[in-house]
Amino acid sequence: MADRTPAPDTPELRARWGGFAWTPENKTTADWHIAKYPEGRQRSAVMPLLDLAQRQVGAETDTQGWLPLPVIEYVAKYLGMPVIRVLEVASFYFMYNLKPVGKFHVQVCGTTPCMLRGSDDIMAACKKRGMVKGGVSADGLWTLTEVECMGNCATAPMVQINDDNYEDLTPERLGAVLDALERGETPKAGTQEPGRHTSEPAGGPTTLKDMVSANHDYRGEW
Amino acid sequence: MPKVTVDGQEIEVPAGATVLQACELAGKEIPRFCYHERLSIAGNCRMCLVEVKPGPPKPQASCALPAAEGQEIRTDSPMVKKAREGVMEFLLINHPLDCPICDQGGECDLQDQAVAYGRGGSRYHENKRAVTEKYMGPLIKTIMTRCIHCTRCVRFSEEIAGVDEIGALYRGEDMQITTYLEQAAAHELSANVIDLCPVGALTSRPYAFEARPWELKKTLSIDVSDAVGANITLHSKGREVMRALPRVNDDVNEEWLSDKGRYQVDGLTKRRLDRVWVRREGKLQPAEWTEAFGMIASALEGDKSSIAAVAGDLLDAETMFAAKALVNACGSRLTEARQTGMTYDVSNLAAVNFNSTFAGIETADAILIVGSNVRWEAALLNVRLRKAVKAGAKVYIIGPEWDPTYPATFLGSDLKLLNRIPKELGDVMKSAQRPAVIVGAAALAKGALPAALKLVDKFGLVKDDWNGFNVLHISAARMASLMLGFTLPGGMGDIAAAAPKVLLSLGADEMDYAPYAGSLKVYIGHHGDKGAHHADIILPGASYAEKDGTYVNAEGRVQFAEKAVFAPGDAREDWTILRALADALGVTVGFDSFSELQAKMIAAVPALGEEGLADYGALPKADSGAKFEGELAGYPVKDFYLTNPIARASEVMQRCSDELLHGADVKEAAE
Repeated sequence: MADRTPAPDTPELRARWGGFAWTPENKTTADWHIAKYPEGRQRSAVMPLLDLAQRQVGAETDTQGWLPLPVIEYVAKYLGMPVIRVLEVASFYFMYNLKPVGKFHVQVCGTTPCMLRGSDDIMAACKKRGMVKGGVSADGLWTLTEVECMGNCATAPMVQINDDNYEDLTPERLGAVLDALERGETPKAGTQEPGRHTSEPAGGPTTLKDMVSANHDYRGEW
Repeated sequence: MPKVTVDGQEIEVPAGATVLQACELAGKEIPRFCYHERLSIAGNCRMCLVEVKPGPPKPQASCALPAAEGQEIRTDSPMVKKAREGVMEFLLINHPLDCPICDQGGECDLQDQAVAYGRGGSRYHENKRAVTEKYMGPLIKTIMTRCIHCTRCVRFSEEIAGVDEIGALYRGEDMQITTYLEQAAAHELSANVIDLCPVGALTSRPYAFEARPWELKKTLSIDVSDAVGANITLHSKGREVMRALPRVNDDVNEEWLSDKGRYQVDGLTKRRLDRVWVRREGKLQPAEWTEAFGMIASALEGDKSSIAAVAGDLLDAETMFAAKALVNACGSRLTEARQTGMTYDVSNLAAVNFNSTFAGIETADAILIVGSNVRWEAALLNVRLRKAVKAGAKVYIIGPEWDPTYPATFLGSDLKLLNRIPKELGDVMKSAQRPAVIVGAAALAKGALPAALKLVDKFGLVKDDWNGFNVLHISAARMASLMLGFTLPGGMGDIAAAAPKVLLSLGADEMDYAPYAGSLKVYIGHHGDKGAHHADIILPGASYAEKDGTYVNAEGRVQFAEKAVFAPGDAREDWTILRALADALGVTVGFDSFSELQAKMIAAVPALGEEGLADYGALPKADSGAKFEGELAGYPVKDFYLTNPIARASEVMQRCSDELLHGADVKEAAE
């Protein structure tokens, strides 16, 4: 499991992030999230607010974003809750980065279905491009993390890069996706298998075949 | 009231009870780690598994399952036995086998339950998890590898103490209990998590590696660090008190104890007065008892009645009675216990008592606190107030701001505003079913008591089964001294005006000695503190741990403490010193033994002979002309950890003060 300890509380960290505050748009969004919950229950909005804060940090640093301790404290103060409760949430969920990440956070699934379908090769391909597990690559673009199941077993192997999943990967297909990202393009998210749309069976439907083109009433047939 | 069957025995349980409580009512022991009667239910240790029908055919966590009509509960079936063994095996997977070097050894829930409910041996040969130590301040020592994640400490700090500072970071196998950035746990009840911890993860830092529980002699005692009178057990080894632990008393301290009451005991061996000292040529020099008594007798030559006694804050009733008997036998009436100079009227003790009782204040629905920093003056009472607020009570506070840990409205520190009650406060108090007013020591010092009594009628504080008028004292000796009549109408001023030739100071360390420059100041006490510095003669006495004694807490509860250890060196129990002094002065006090003294005291004040709440009768009529006046500039407790001579002598308390209070101040100043 990746190291989930928060980035150390140094004077430099305080100097850089001590003045963190919502941008006007994010403040509107934050208040909108808080308004979803009844009066006095505003701490229920802690998860969307942490995500929002992480994205704002990401926008400021041109990365996927992460949560420095002063930012966590800011969110705690904004919701009027003890900071330890916010840190509990931030350290529990994997989607919150507690250490700086690169522009693209490549999360390779290594759980059994992906592993059987070649996630080891995907991982090796990532490392070959200079990515390091749990760290930022030299060019500042990539952070590599191995994660547990992301629920895309039907289209294994897969990686998640920032907000998008890329599925049905081979080292070559992954290479194409990463190249496109590096060039600043937005590659097509989802399955990379030509001719496949989402997670339908690879060789065409195997069940309910009569329903492919039109609705079919099976009720009399069993 | 649902009827359930536990192991074939049919019992009726209160509505809302859990299966675990039902089993306890039936006399069955259910092993548990995370469940605690006074905390919320977590249901995460799984040790309390039982078999319940109807329900799924698997073991159920009894702590989190409500008892329902017709349930058939088994705590002795093979399924339950196997389930407990399984849970215990899982708990022990990552628990180190370091019982021989663990301070919890001998009083460890995990150790006991592993023996009682676990498998004989281990089947686990893989590596164990290790967790780094977390810093939690000068009182709590952590060995987090031992933690089994019951989260009792997290729930205690959140629910009881109201200071959210301990949390569980990370998840699954990596879960760790810590404070934010490993800051010290900084509140008055922090050390209670040590008692709550079912394993040796949180242990006492000052007591680390000092003793094993089976080597300790346990003596029932009463905490004198504040006026709550928390019930404690003093654990002593040889001549030293090793530690103080709370006893369960739902009426007083539930099962908590303030950090000061718990950790000031190391002060009992430091800075002790263990021999007689007399001042010769301006310097205190060692002397003999006879010499000291001779000096006192010669000072009183000709006019025996020129003697006065001032009682300190830690005294038991017997010592005060003995002192009063001596002073009265000499023909003087000069006895005063309110050493800081307060002069409130004590003709009716109901007016200076905590009438709602500590347990009763939990049921109040509107509370006005006048001049009391309850958190520092009676930390355990603040826990009760917090409960009341959780149940919906509104709290208003008059005085400088402090952090009450619950929502409260500060109305300012000018007492005058009570002459014309703010509308919001008036409306809330008048519409409340059980309104309460708490008058603190700061308000008493401003002479606000007569005016506060007017609030009784104004707010309707007294109802059929409710008395909401409360005075909160901060001295453990106060109520007993008032019951014994150890007071003068003019307070300390009367004594200063009388200019006695001999002033007996019975552990009075907070008083002003300046007006007594012409008196022979005799200090009878146990610590070399302020009183001893000013004394001309020092007679070494016994602390609360070294004598039997009766104490009365702020709610008028008479409680008895027992002697745990002997006083060091030449020090004697205070009453024996006073008895010997009576002989030296040639007067008769009428007792020769402690039991005679006690019998005489009880004859004089019968209420002191009965443990439990003393009855002070009805509240007096308020003086309609009384007015609130003055500004509450501050509270009498300036430093929670250093309020009495024992605490001031304690290294642990000194360190807490430096680190938790002083350190915090520095940080705030820097911000």
